[in-house]
Amino acid sequence: MKTSLTWLNEYLNNTINLEPAAVADLAEQVERTSVEINESTTIAKGQDGLIVAQVMQVQPHPDSDHMVIAQVNVGTSDLVQVVTGAPNIAEGQLVILATVGAHIIKHDTGELVTLEKVTLRGQDSYGMLVALQEIGFDNKIAPKNFEDGIHIFSEQDHVKPGDDALVVLGMNEPVLDTDLTPNRADMLSMIGTAYEFGAMLKQKVTVPDFDLVEYESLASEQVTVTLDDDSLAPKYALRVINNVTVTDSPLWLQKRLWNAGMRPINNIVDITNYMMLMYGQPIHAFDLDKLTHHELHIRRAKKDEQLVTLDEQTRQLRSGEDIVIATVDEPLMLAGVMGGKSSEVDRQTKHIVLESAVFNPSLVRATARRHNLHSEASSRFERGVNWDNTLTALDHAAQLSDELAGGQVARGQVVASNIQRSTKTIALSTQRVNQILGTALTLSDITAILDQLSFDYQTHDDYAEVILPARRPDMGITADLIEEIARLYGYDNLPVTLPYGPTTPGQLTQQQRQIRASRRIMESLGLNQAISYVLTTPEKAQQFAENTTAKLLTLDYPMSSDRTTARQNLLAGLLEDVAYNVNHFVRDIALYEQGRVFIANEKNELPTEMEHIAGILTGNYANSTWQALKTDRPVDFYDIKGIVSDYLNQIGVNHVTYVATDRHVNMHPGQTADIYAGEVYLGFVGQIHPLITKAQKLSSVFGFELNLFAVMSNSELDVHYHKVSRFPQMSRDAALLVDADIKHATIESLIAQVSGDKLVNIKLFDVYKGDKLPSGKKSLAYTLTYQDNDGTLLEAEVNADFEKVTTALINELHVEIR
Amino acid sequence: MSLVEDLTALKATAIERINTVGVDIESLRVSLLGRKGELTNLLKGMKNVPAQERKTVGEIGNDVRQTITNLLAEKKAAEEVAKLNQQLASETIDVTLPGSSHAVGQPHVLQQIIDEIEQHFLGLGFKIIDDTVDSPEVETDEYNFERENLPKDHPARDMQDTFYITPEILMRTQTSPVQSRSLEKHDFSKGPLKMIAPGKVYRRDTDDATHSHQFHQVEGMVVGENITMADLKGTLLSIMQALFGEKHQIRMRPSYFPFTEPSVEVDVSWNEVTPDMKPEDIEWIEVLGAGMTHPNVLRMDGIDPEKYSAFAFGLGPDRFAMLKYGVDDIRQFYLNDIRFLSQFNRKGN
Repeated sequence: MKTSLTWLNEYLNNTINLEPAAVADLAEQVERTSVEINESTTIAKGQDGLIVAQVMQVQPHPDSDHMVIAQVNVGTSDLVQVVTGAPNIAEGQLVILATVGAHIIKHDTGELVTLEKVTLRGQDSYGMLVALQEIGFDNKIAPKNFEDGIHIFSEQDHVKPGDDALVVLGMNEPVLDTDLTPNRADMLSMIGTAYEFGAMLKQKVTVPDFDLVEYESLASEQVTVTLDDDSLAPKYALRVINNVTVTDSPLWLQKRLWNAGMRPINNIVDITNYMMLMYGQPIHAFDLDKLTHHELHIRRAKKDEQLVTLDEQTRQLRSGEDIVIATVDEPLMLAGVMGGKSSEVDRQTKHIVLESAVFNPSLVRATARRHNLHSEASSRFERGVNWDNTLTALDHAAQLSDELAGGQVARGQVVASNIQRSTKTIALSTQRVNQILGTALTLSDITAILDQLSFDYQTHDDYAEVILPARRPDMGITADLIEEIARLYGYDNLPVTLPYGPTTPGQLTQQQRQIRASRRIMESLGLNQAISYVLTTPEKAQQFAENTTAKLLTLDYPMSSDRTTARQNLLAGLLEDVAYNVNHFVRDIALYEQGRVFIANEKNELPTEMEHIAGILTGNYANSTWQALKTDRPVDFYDIKGIVSDYLNQIGVNHVTYVATDRHVNMHPGQTADIYAGEVYLGFVGQIHPLITKAQKLSSVFGFELNLFAVMSNSELDVHYHKVSRFPQMSRDAALLVDADIKHATIESLIAQVSGDKLVNIKLFDVYKGDKLPSGKKSLAYTLTYQDNDGTLLEAEVNADFEKVTTALINELHVEIR
Repeated sequence: MSLVEDLTALKATAIERINTVGVDIESLRVSLLGRKGELTNLLKGMKNVPAQERKTVGEIGNDVRQTITNLLAEKKAAEEVAKLNQQLASETIDVTLPGSSHAVGQPHVLQQIIDEIEQHFLGLGFKIIDDTVDSPEVETDEYNFERENLPKDHPARDMQDTFYITPEILMRTQTSPVQSRSLEKHDFSKGPLKMIAPGKVYRRDTDDATHSHQFHQVEGMVVGENITMADLKGTLLSIMQALFGEKHQIRMRPSYFPFTEPSVEVDVSWNEVTPDMKPEDIEWIEVLGAGMTHPNVLRMDGIDPEKYSAFAFGLGPDRFAMLKYGVDDIRQFYLNDIRFLSQFNRKGN
């Protein structure tokens, strides 16, 4: 809320120092003690050289149709000549002159410029007559009267030539724009803010005083009101003021409003806004003569009702939800949110009805949201107004209608409901305060702060019984009071300690260690960690999913069509990352991601979340600027498979098998393998289907995706040490000519099966397919290494073992040994 | 000429011949010392030397043989060194050409920040809760909001626009629900609960330079007897100094969160703070929200707020990374541009 310190000073006995440096210190103090400050500013923003001038003479400009030459009196003996294009200028007017040498904010750039004497079509102009919008007033706060011309003071403004316009217009009042958290309803009012600043400055608050004069005629004879249900409006009262004169407000009131960021409209509307700013209590004014019936009814909206609000929008009311004030045949306003056009106060209005109420906060909030109509009034009702001020503000508004609009206040309030809020007390013990804050405050330290806050209390042995004031609806429990003590004591003054007590070990769980190790292994294998978006399209959510019939987790109300569904695979996200990189001229890509996938369950049941890990490779395996022939080669299936198998080996998954598969529709049917640990499916590895990569203009892309839960539950955590044999090794090479469709895995497992216990390693060292071989054949070459832990092997033993291998290969796989 | 004179002459000529440039050492050795060589020939004359002189002449002969042998060996060694030097010279390469690089993958920059936070809190004896059971990314309205003291019509719900799946299920908007899930399971006979919960959170936001519908949070909480706000201050000071440097300070300002009371915003000094510095010269940056856990929250989790007190805080790794490295667009974190990711490759810093 824009809080004028000049205004605030009225309630704080002028103890706020308004010097700029002091204001800066105060703003800092407010931030540390109370709420954030959006801005500390003035309307003037450094402008000067603006004075009140009286137009003495207006003459046509000899060489211009739209400009005139004015002679103005600035309170000195000499008149000042100004050339102006203002269409509304006339002799006798009191206007604002920006003098030569004045500093004015340039509208388009926002910077201060110095005004100089100018010659306009041959005529000298010593300054400029200005509109408020030209001297720093926002369009939203400048009165509409002079929208198309210069500002003209009225007689009742009591200004005279030579007056400093900055002072007259209140443009130098320092304003702190507070950024209120939702709990600080109290600071949506100047009185509430005064209590807050008073607490900081150790100043008592003087609340405004007024004398209401009532006429004989009874308000209740002019208007009546009924309320369906007290929960809609626990407090609701009206006053009637007759014979008002609706005109501009006096300048002092206009200044208050525009410094609070509100536009002056007319005296009656301004009074309601003034009361809202002062007490935080929204007040509404109806034009009594515009009401078709004078029996008002507070109720929930009915079916198919509509209302044109003050902003001239037609609102379809929500039956049974919105609260309306209505006559027997039409709704007049959205209660607590905005008035209706049909009963608006205008310059012809004679008799008015003022309303002050407490409306149900949740219903107001729902209405404001539903109609996207967050008004000054609704924001106050939502957060909670001070129940003790509702009727006071109504009376004060009536008194001002008398004072400023010459109205006659009819006798009595017309009350529909007036429920008293019960006072609540809280026992605040020094022990509890110190237990929560870690301080060593005494009871008198605490009561001193309660005094600053102007909270009433009674002291007992070691606690204070605090009466919660109605102006602080955010106070409800002990912790709320402890917060008040803490912030006024000063967070800067709190000790700095670490929790003490029984020692707790800080350690990772087994699963956490394995997930973290998984990431480290991937990085050591050359993959960069990616973090992609979890929300994606339904297609991508399932693109490489384990089970393409699993239920999707879909947002009820997504923000964009790209982000509607929770992913069921990570690879699709990595593929997007690859496309992004390739589009940005990065060709060699190695990424992995570790994260969750989501399978929906029954409605209103949480989905199943699973940890996955996936990787992707494309481009060249290594890259060199000058040794391209030696190192550069496109990555292939065996590179990505090598990463997977190295990873599985290091994370402790043994007995891994890779089974050729064409079941993944988005993978290359001839270059993809399902991965198993024994019988358990872990995931797959292979080439992304060329149709997909071609469509995105990518070269071959290879990827894998593993279910980390499956990996972790099939990993052997213990390391089994084998003594390193000190006896020599012997090896035998075998080049095998085999049918092209016989798989390496088949040969390897047969060798392992028959080779005997001295075989320590089988190494495939060459694969050849080509012209030099009979068609339908390939050549595989292996080195078998033998070693014994207990002694030196004999040639004969090795030969015999090797013989068993070759025999088995010949007999079972019809291999030809070359 | 006597044999002695012949030997002496042979020695002299042999030295001269050995030192001749370009001589073939091996053939010279054969012609001088070989079985049919010159020395062997001369020494055949020993049989004519009188017996009493033989010893002397023999010694001279041996001296000549030894001298020639040594010289030949020296010469041969010198030649080998020269040859080696020549070979090495021919193998000279340009050592300023770039080395062959070996790919080393990097943890994502957000992961690095989370890792740092985890390391710090492990050292302080905290548990890390980040598994799918106790820290689900899809949450119930109950745990995400109601247990956090945010009933259905609470005004503060406007602060968090939420991706709902159904009226009861949503993408979590904060990591706070992990508090409740951990508290329910904690056995206080084994000491206070000290935990952090890193993870992804989601908000119904339009992505731009400063907003992301997906980002990360690290929730932290300590629950025990006599846990104070001073402890919160000390804990936050320690993590901020770990992340931003030991000379940085923090300040706490009042704020409002439904799940903490008192609630504070915490700022960290952007510049290093020295004792002689004036307060107005410190630039503060808002980095996190924290507070003493609201008694309603403790009560809903079955904890007696009279017996136990608690503090909680929420750290934002995305914001920390932006501040720490001057990243000006949060979307950079989720594009996975190799040129971006690979910059954060410093280890051990």
